[in-house]
Amino acid sequence: MPNLEHPAYPAATLLRLESLVPCRESQVSMLLSIFGEREQFTFPSIFIYGHTSSGKTYVMRTLLNTLQLPHVFVNCVEHFTSRLLLEEILIQLQNCSSETTPASRVLCDNFNDFVRLFKQAVTNQDLQDQTLYIVLDRAEQLREMEANILPAFLRLQELTDRNVTVVLLTEIVWELFRPNTGCFEPLILYFPDYSIGHLQKILSNNHPPEYSADFYAAYINILLGVFYMVCRDLKELQHLAALNFSKYCEPVVRGEANERDTRKLWKNIEPHLKKAMQTVYLREISSSQWERLQHDDGDPGQLKGLSAHAHVELPYYSKFLLIAAYLASYNPVRTDKRFFLKHHGKIKKTNFMKKHEKTSNHLLGPKPVPLDRLLAILYSIVDSRVAPTANIFSQITSLVTLQLLSLVGHNDQLDGPRYKCTVSLDFIRAIAR
Amino acid sequence: QQIQEEMNKQFFDNLVSFLRRSHSEFQEKATEWTCRMKSREIPAAALVLGVNVTDHDLTFKSLTEVIQNNITPYVTSLQAKDCPGIKNLMQKLMGQLMNCYVDADSSDEEDCAQISQNRVRCSMTSLINWYENITKKTDSETPSRKRTSSRHLQSPPVVVIFKDMESFTTKVLQDFIVISSQHIHELPLILIFGIATSPMIIHSLLPHSVSSLLCIELFQSLSCKEHLSTIIDKLLLTTRFAFKLSEKVLQVLINIFLYHDFSVQNFIKGFQLCIVEHFYSQPLSVLCCQLLEAKKRVNSLSHSQCENIRRLPSFRRYVESQESEKQIALLTSDNSLKEAVQKLLEDLHIYHENYVPVLKCLHVFTSSLPKYPLGKQIRELHCACLESRVWETEDYESSLQLARMLNKSDLVTMLQKCVEIFVSSSGKEFDKVVEKLKDFLAQFEKLEGACQEQEESIPSQKELQKKTDLYHLQKTLLELKESRRSKKLTKFEMLRFEVVDFIDSLVRNYLVPADHKTLHEIMYFNTASALREHLNAAPRIALHTALNNPYCYLKNQALKSDGGSISNKAPDICIAYKLHLECGRLINLVDWLEAFSTVVTAVEGPNGDAAVSDQVDDIIHARFIRAVSELELLGFIKPSKQKTDHVARLTWGSC
Repeated sequence: MPNLEHPAYPAATLLRLESLVPCRESQVSMLLSIFGEREQFTFPSIFIYGHTSSGKTYVMRTLLNTLQLPHVFVNCVEHFTSRLLLEEILIQLQNCSSETTPASRVLCDNFNDFVRLFKQAVTNQDLQDQTLYIVLDRAEQLREMEANILPAFLRLQELTDRNVTVVLLTEIVWELFRPNTGCFEPLILYFPDYSIGHLQKILSNNHPPEYSADFYAAYINILLGVFYMVCRDLKELQHLAALNFSKYCEPVVRGEANERDTRKLWKNIEPHLKKAMQTVYLREISSSQWERLQHDDGDPGQLKGLSAHAHVELPYYSKFLLIAAYLASYNPVRTDKRFFLKHHGKIKKTNFMKKHEKTSNHLLGPKPVPLDRLLAILYSIVDSRVAPTANIFSQITSLVTLQLLSLVGHNDQLDGPRYKCTVSLDFIRAIAR
Repeated sequence: QQIQEEMNKQFFDNLVSFLRRSHSEFQEKATEWTCRMKSREIPAAALVLGVNVTDHDLTFKSLTEVIQNNITPYVTSLQAKDCPGIKNLMQKLMGQLMNCYVDADSSDEEDCAQISQNRVRCSMTSLINWYENITKKTDSETPSRKRTSSRHLQSPPVVVIFKDMESFTTKVLQDFIVISSQHIHELPLILIFGIATSPMIIHSLLPHSVSSLLCIELFQSLSCKEHLSTIIDKLLLTTRFAFKLSEKVLQVLINIFLYHDFSVQNFIKGFQLCIVEHFYSQPLSVLCCQLLEAKKRVNSLSHSQCENIRRLPSFRRYVESQESEKQIALLTSDNSLKEAVQKLLEDLHIYHENYVPVLKCLHVFTSSLPKYPLGKQIRELHCACLESRVWETEDYESSLQLARMLNKSDLVTMLQKCVEIFVSSSGKEFDKVVEKLKDFLAQFEKLEGACQEQEESIPSQKELQKKTDLYHLQKTLLELKESRRSKKLTKFEMLRFEVVDFIDSLVRNYLVPADHKTLHEIMYFNTASALREHLNAAPRIALHTALNNPYCYLKNQALKSDGGSISNKAPDICIAYKLHLECGRLINLVDWLEAFSTVVTAVEGPNGDAAVSDQVDDIIHARFIRAVSELELLGFIKPSKQKTDHVARLTWGSC
């Protein structure tokens, strides 16, 4: 295991840093060596990617905070336009090192302004002699902003002529970022997923103070045994660990088992965890409901999850409309005559064909249906006579707002509108009953 | 009219109380959630509201009111159509939040200025700043504000309501949730999703990485059908309102509700329309009010109004059933008429008073029968009773027969329910009924006691016969058993028959359909066809009749035609329309024009010379073009690219 060593920083700080970022030592030392000393110019842009919750943001933040490097940390999802993003960077920059009065409103409309204001800010804050780090979290959002933003950030050092490094954090690979016109290639760094051993180590790290570390580690071991197959997300696992720990402790609290009695504890918790996997993990029931359930020791069968309420109550004609839309979307036009006319011709001959068609149609997905055809099928499947009243038409639109139908191609009002049925066969079956 | 206003108020109260019930639970949760802010999950509530989208507005309105009164002043509701992007969403959110704050104390002029400044920058940070500002302010506020802040929580959460979750684009929701989860520590947000279809939509809209940020709890509001039945219960099945609906009208309203939109809102609107229509079209509707008021009004009736009463068919029937002297008196003297009317109105009132409890009682019996021969809901029963003499229908026969086969415990509980209904109702005539029912109950109890006694007596007999031989013992026991069973059954059965007969007699006495009552026209709104026309609009048919038969709307004698032929006096557009009906999918403009000109010049044909008709007149050409473009505007045709000089028809058939 490589110990963190760097001439520029005191050993104590590095040691603290190491304890804060378990299992990421190699990445941290890599970053440190790239960063160099405070006043040294470093690589203009660094691109860090890795799967969800592989510690990118956390490592970056702790690294910059513990070493007290001047930095700006911005989430690109939150600042959804380039203007907001740039302004946010400038505001943070004004606040970051100085104790001066809170920043006044900054107006920055484009990158040109940004470069100018950025230079000003850096001089104002006396940061010329240090490397300034700008961390852009969730950098994949940058691709959706104006085309110049990403390349400009990548070579911000060159543009501003200041000692600045831009760090991009994202979950996708660099190849998906590279604009057509070409740009400055950043230094690419990969954060691999945590292995099960890493997860064990990290999760056991923050054990509650009332219980010993070993006890908690055993619990984490059991938890990982159940959940590792389905979930490797550290955050989610942490959440689950916190939720289920009290249940695990129950026998100990009641005095039925001591902390060493792992087997007994395992027997107690295992079915419980499996239940949790089916419910809480899928967000079928919320975590607060889960906690209450634990508290009451009730049966989770009473609490119905979100998917249990799948049944939708629809008005009479809406049901038929939806069924008609479904039939129209999945059956080809030429079969209409055969299916919906009272006196259709031969049907036995094409029986096999029909079956074949149906499967392929379901694989192909729904096709758009003109309104007239939809209504014609509706009239033929409803037993009684239906008047084409305004209510029927308004029901079609309300079905569209409910996302059960969808409108296809709405360029012309006069052109007969075309609809698509977006619900599944199971849904239709449930309705048709 | 004031009755209507009163009724509106009642609707609203009703609705709000209904909401309170369904959301009181929710409020408790909201307070609990504030304690759970430590985690990164955003508390969220999923309200499943059912597909009646039109009702949702009102629901949300009262929900916001409730929340504002009890939990937090910061409530915003967002609609999908306002938020196509995350930017618009934030703008809307901030605008609403800051406005509602301004509403809270509108005296501060500085705040307003600040707000307009803030609107330039709509981001989460400014929102958080704003939130910190106001929470600080409320903390340092003078004690005069303490009353409100004590009612709210220490740090009031910000509630964001997404009115129609289905219509939001996935990206906007995702982004918003991710952003707010970043700031949940600084800004306690609570999300409420209004869901019309099923909660599955959350999973289909949000990926797991986002939904894991939410702590969703599900709340199901009452289904709209139940809601409807409570409203019918409160409105139609009471004596508080004099206005009643006849069977057909009620059927139309319920059909619209069940077949079309499930919207209680629309049902109420339809009901209001009925009220307006009734008071507008029926001259005698002045008498449609509370009994005392009506009696007063009867005294001040004018002669013409009396004549109106005499013309009522139900009153005529009544007159004809009287003796000849009285007939003359009723038909000639206004005073005797007024007296009679007062008496009749009183009768009607008493009839209503008696009708409802008996109906409820019958419903108690029929609703538990297998297969529901008389309908599951009380509204179906109500309709059946209004329609005709209910005891003459087959369903009633079968339900009585089924009732005769009920077991004892059910019967007893039903009888108890009936007693409750009758006791709670105000009718004076029901004292006897209640007594009778109680008597039945007592008899049942006695019967039970008798059974036990008999059972007790058996072992003693057994002991007596112990000494005789086994065969004899068996035989006698069997006999005993047999006799006991038949005896008990007959006793119980007899009682059961009695009960059912009694109910039957009640029904025959009190559930007479309203049309058989004299003067029912005053209280009952009867023209279902008008209502159907108003509520169930048929635009295509209306358009077709307007174009096909212009007389229907224009009322011009010249336009009165006998259908088949096309008259040249009709407006141009009608002629063009009729001609276009005869064509196929693609219409040749030249042919159409020719046909048009022949029709228009048909009258001038005989005396006009051939040279003119050979070439189409410029004016006729212009008129034709105008008619065609009008048809295009109405959406009957559109220019087609398939063939030159052709237009495509957009409608099929003739309606």
